[in-house]
Amino acid sequence: MVTDIMVAFLPFIILLPLIGSIIIGLGGMLFPSFRSQEKLIGAIGTAMVALPFIILVYMTASFEGSAITFKLWSWMRGGDLDISFSYLLDQLSLLMGLIVTGVGSLIHVYSIGYMHGDKGYYKFFAYLNLFIFAMLNLILGDNMVVMFLGWEGVGLCSYLLIGFWYTDMLKAKAAQKAFVANRIGDFALMVAMFLIFTTIHSFSFGEIGAQVEALADYRIWIPLLIFIAATGKSAQIPLFVWLPDAMAGPTPVSALIHAATMVTSGIYLIARVSPLFLAAPEVMLLIGIIACLTALIAALIAIAQNDIKKILAYSTVSQLGFMFMALGVGAFTTAIFHVMTHAFFKACLFLGSGSVIHAMEHVEGVKDPQDIRTMGGLAKHMPSTSKTFWISTLAIAGIPLLSGFFSKDEILASLFFGGYTEPVYWGIWGIALFTAMLTAFYMTRVAYLTFNGMERFPKGARPHESPAVMTAPLWILATLAILGGYLGLPALLHVPHVLNDMWLATEGGIGAEGLISNSVQMVENMHEHHSMEYLLLPLSALIAVGTWFFTRRFYTNNGLGGDKKVQQLFGRLYSVMENKFYIDELYEKTILTPFMLFSKYVVAWVEKNIVDGFVRATYLGVANVGEVFKRLQTGLVQNYLLLVSMGVILVLAYIIFT
Amino acid sequence: MDLSSLQPSVLSYLAVSTLMFVLGMIGVLSRKNGIIIFMCIELMLNAVNLSLVTFSKLHDNATGSMMVFFVMCVAAAEAVVGLSIFIALFRNKLDIDINSVNIFKW
Repeated sequence: MVTDIMVAFLPFIILLPLIGSIIIGLGGMLFPSFRSQEKLIGAIGTAMVALPFIILVYMTASFEGSAITFKLWSWMRGGDLDISFSYLLDQLSLLMGLIVTGVGSLIHVYSIGYMHGDKGYYKFFAYLNLFIFAMLNLILGDNMVVMFLGWEGVGLCSYLLIGFWYTDMLKAKAAQKAFVANRIGDFALMVAMFLIFTTIHSFSFGEIGAQVEALADYRIWIPLLIFIAATGKSAQIPLFVWLPDAMAGPTPVSALIHAATMVTSGIYLIARVSPLFLAAPEVMLLIGIIACLTALIAALIAIAQNDIKKILAYSTVSQLGFMFMALGVGAFTTAIFHVMTHAFFKACLFLGSGSVIHAMEHVEGVKDPQDIRTMGGLAKHMPSTSKTFWISTLAIAGIPLLSGFFSKDEILASLFFGGYTEPVYWGIWGIALFTAMLTAFYMTRVAYLTFNGMERFPKGARPHESPAVMTAPLWILATLAILGGYLGLPALLHVPHVLNDMWLATEGGIGAEGLISNSVQMVENMHEHHSMEYLLLPLSALIAVGTWFFTRRFYTNNGLGGDKKVQQLFGRLYSVMENKFYIDELYEKTILTPFMLFSKYVVAWVEKNIVDGFVRATYLGVANVGEVFKRLQTGLVQNYLLLVSMGVILVLAYIIFT
Repeated sequence: MDLSSLQPSVLSYLAVSTLMFVLGMIGVLSRKNGIIIFMCIELMLNAVNLSLVTFSKLHDNATGSMMVFFVMCVAAAEAVVGLSIFIALFRNKLDIDINSVNIFKW
């Protein structure tokens, strides 16, 4: 009974954002007077995301534990191939759906205020709704093809929104960079899909989970290719370079797409096909190593940046690294847990930075409204923004009792227990612990330099607090950033881990033991060396609190001069960090330049002489043949008639005399 | 078909029909005046009509005679269209020499 109602509602979840996008987009395109109806556009846009959220809340509340698949219609069928628009509602997709539509609708509300007065207002909401539509396809799709459509759709929306102010060449280029980097990953994902289909003749996630043994021929390749796809979308080494540049887009976009939702789709995908990964420990180890390097490098870069959004962007890369580390050790539920808490506090941080930028734009004499060196002391002027930003900062830094502490500690613990089976994970755990310390450092630095200490912007300026339509989402997200962690309390407290035990790992999904089965060995190690948790939990708490306390005092004493001391501490490494490890330059030299030279000399020659030559030969041939036969067109009707008569006579002669 | 098996009168009808057809064809192919060409086409059509009637009578089958009515109808309709084309042509060129209508020449 309940299931029937859910199935009836399901199409609305998917289609409402699409309808919203079409109404706003076409309305703005066809009726210029509609473009200035900001309240109406904002209301439609928000409603089309909030309604699916309400439906999803209802569905989650009445969910009975067994996955529901629902087929909208068959798309293509032939031979083995049967692709349909079918959607899967299970614990994982419901949770992801709640995050996407929940955080999404808050960010829509925020955008009503943030985008006020922009002449592309309607376009912004049309793209944002289209993004939600694509993202819902990605996470609710029951087979890899629907998932891939969503995967490409979010990539497209990301491109459109990064380049939203496309008249600025730098922003247009950033959009292009994101698009190209994502294409590389998408190619890998397509190859993985082809490999899966040629082996088991199905794209459905259920089949993939059930037929892992059948895929043994490509045991390494399929997970590896899927991981490469995830490095593109979820910004890991070597494809993470696009994410910091993606901050060229409007800040709500950075919060929604490049922090809370789209960039986590790689983690979602790996969790969804986790049985494939459990069968390939080598790939898991590779994920762990790459993830910890990404987390470390991004955290180091974040320390040396001064652009508030850039710091948050590198922090996102670093936190994504944490999630991938969890995937690498086989703690899939933990990765999803961190996806959730990260969505809350990082969305809050980005929206807070948007609020700050909004205020700084109106302060005269400030050249770059995103530079934290010209901020300081904003807490007095922007109390709501400052409080919520600090709450989220403490959450991401891992201060106990806030959400980030619980999820990050779970990741660290999983890595530690993974080490009993494969000692490399201990190394990863060490780096992760160090990175957690760096996280606490650079996040405290950015929050302190922005909101506390001396006012470094021109004297007498009064940066104003943002309107309620922007601060209300901040408060809701900050509340979630505090409370989100209580869904997954540490095991040693002997209270149920709501997310794992009651939701994600329950019966009835893919995999033998639960929806997402974590690495069995890792879990066994955890039980065996249970007492270690009494050591690990205080350790990570101590590191977070200690670093936070130290950083706060350090910058209180030194002000902006603290950066100088940090520079001395790191020595020559600091300029490497400042220049983002020269990774862009490295790609420029090793890939871009050779490619350009190759295009210029080799491909250009082929193009000019072979491809163009073929085309020229075709048209010259036609022209020359025409030149000969055009003489037949004498313009004398009787000539034509004579030819026709002769033809008739010939045919008749042939009929009669043969 | 063996011509010698036909009755002499049938043969003469067919001979007249052939003559008319060939004369019409020569006219169409050699004359320059549009109206004359047009009349020659009518001649060819009537040659065909004559042979149709002849065979209809010979085989005692009305289908051929029926066909003649259709041909006549089409010929009448064609005369209307053809003549109006020539009138339109004359208004533009003050001439109905078909060799003067040669703008599609190479």
